[in-house]
Amino acid sequence: MISTAITDLWYGFGVALEPHNLMYCFLGVLVGNLVGVLPGMGPVATISILLPLTFGMQPVPAILMLSGVYYGAQYGGAICSILLNLPCHPPHAVTCLDGFPLTKQGKGGTALGITIIAAFVGASFGITEMIFLAPFLVKVALEFGPAEVCSLMLVGLLAGSTLAKGSPLKGIAMTVLGLLVGIVGSDIETGQPRFTFGITELFDGVEIIALALGMFGIAEFMNSINNTETVDLRYAKVGISDMFPSKADMKLAFWPMIRGTLIGSLCALIPGTGPTIASFVSYATEKKISKTPERFGHGAIEGVACPEASTHSSVQGDFIPTMSLGIPGDTVMALLLGALIIHGIVPGPQLITQHADIFWGLIASFWIGNILLVILNVPMIGLWVKLLSIPYRYLYPSAMFFVCIGVYAANNDMFQVGETLFIGVVGYILLRLDFHPAPILLGFVLGPRFEENFRRSLLISRGDLMTFIERPISAFFLLICVVLVVAQIYVWLRKPKIVAEEQAIEAQVPTSSYSELA
Amino acid sequence: MRGNFTLKRDYYAGGLMLLLGVGAAVTGAGYKFGSLARMGPGFMPVVLGVVLAFLGLLIAGTALGSSEPERGKFLPDNPQWFGWLCIIGGPVLFIILGQYGGMIPAVFACVFVCALGDNTATYKSSAILAAGITVFGVVLFHYLLHIPFPLLRGFNL
Repeated sequence: MISTAITDLWYGFGVALEPHNLMYCFLGVLVGNLVGVLPGMGPVATISILLPLTFGMQPVPAILMLSGVYYGAQYGGAICSILLNLPCHPPHAVTCLDGFPLTKQGKGGTALGITIIAAFVGASFGITEMIFLAPFLVKVALEFGPAEVCSLMLVGLLAGSTLAKGSPLKGIAMTVLGLLVGIVGSDIETGQPRFTFGITELFDGVEIIALALGMFGIAEFMNSINNTETVDLRYAKVGISDMFPSKADMKLAFWPMIRGTLIGSLCALIPGTGPTIASFVSYATEKKISKTPERFGHGAIEGVACPEASTHSSVQGDFIPTMSLGIPGDTVMALLLGALIIHGIVPGPQLITQHADIFWGLIASFWIGNILLVILNVPMIGLWVKLLSIPYRYLYPSAMFFVCIGVYAANNDMFQVGETLFIGVVGYILLRLDFHPAPILLGFVLGPRFEENFRRSLLISRGDLMTFIERPISAFFLLICVVLVVAQIYVWLRKPKIVAEEQAIEAQVPTSSYSELA
Repeated sequence: MRGNFTLKRDYYAGGLMLLLGVGAAVTGAGYKFGSLARMGPGFMPVVLGVVLAFLGLLIAGTALGSSEPERGKFLPDNPQWFGWLCIIGGPVLFIILGQYGGMIPAVFACVFVCALGDNTATYKSSAILAAGITVFGVVLFHYLLHIPFPLLRGFNL
């Protein structure tokens, strides 16, 4: 098993190191790092803007670049938290708690250095996990019939909506809304137009880019206009030489890093628990097992190392269910899945064998991308710090330009711009009503495949719903669904200790005006 | 503040979902429903619509039962009507000017209007930003990426 993995990986490096692919991988991580640093821009909006620009490209460089944006943004996100105390990227919100006190003590550079090391350790483990776990999952998943796929999707949808931030009930409602939005367009089997209201442009369905940019672009700008804190750059002075941590700091951070990595990689395997939850859980754990918990919140280096390592290992692990099963765990993965479909690649267990260049090339590009990011972040830290001072009033009009032209370029159609605007306004109303937009995208991407498999499995069983329970694997997935629902009701009725603790930490994190930049 | 916005936000949230769900189910009922073994195009819309309506009721219902204090109003504390108008106005101008004028006027107007939405923005600062973005946009999207979008309709640039 190990030898095949190494051969495949070798092949992957061959793909990823082709100059063309390498260039796009570099471009991806660079753009990702950039938007990660900028307060008020998130990877979801960025990937949606870049997506139409990849239409003319080969699928391999396109996917390498778009993935690079995602993990690249994680490197940048920590800078914002540590130096400015701005939790503009949810996975790094918890890093503020100890990162900013360290900055105030003049140790911001050390914190950043530790962050980069933790990031690399976490990411490396996440990638290794993917190398060995994904082919194994595929072997299992190849046995799945439509009934199993259906139940598995149900797990993914339910987990994605209930384990995310906010009220689980509202999360499920948003997933169902997403499924309904996914129905818009012509029915696959009969060609009957559904929910098109006579608009010809809607016959092909709602454009994924319009949905993502409406929800995470326009709605987000409406939420944060004239509502952002002034950026306080008083402490943000960091040189390269400050970034190398002392031996004592390294010793202090070593075990928290390992623990964070393990927690992150576990969280990646549970559908619906992305990097944000991983970072909160690992911070809580680290604080609990520490001999000196009173140091946390006042600049403990462990409080930076642990959540950062877990974020990055979870980010890389996030790709596992998406690439091996075709079930995305969060918004970014849903978007990447959409990108695969646009490029004519059917996601699912057959992806690894049919498109080995994408799968192994992607894994190899993770290593290369992470190394590039480490190299980028050390000498360029001064530039990143300068970027932090770009005011929001220049940022959002520029982003609006990219939104408009990006959506237009997808189909060369002005109708899509209007569609995005409409979705954006609706998205803002939903945001004000405490609905989080992430599950909509999840439901939207999985919706058509869910319906197709649901119809097919009932066609096979001649309309007998018992087929979902009679098949053991499908029954197992449905059992997980039941457990998820029961657990939510339990949490709702009596808040257990762990949840209370997590909420206590969440309450300490400085509130961000950037609400949902997943 | 306004009396009608002091109601719990969750009532609105639940009500909206109920409305959307019923709407989807009613619209879906117009398509062929079919049977479980042979589902028509109307099956999923109706089922999902009913589920959404039910969730709406649950959301409103749990708000009724919870004793938690009101967390916030529907409108933010300082509504940014002008800012919102600018953000909506930008893409609208982009569509109109893009259709009839071309890329240069569309991009300039879009960025200019969006930028005006900020409290600290002036006409001058917005115009400078819009001009800069227009130049950048033309170079990137027209000359490098070749998207089919004439710079100025009627002129062959």
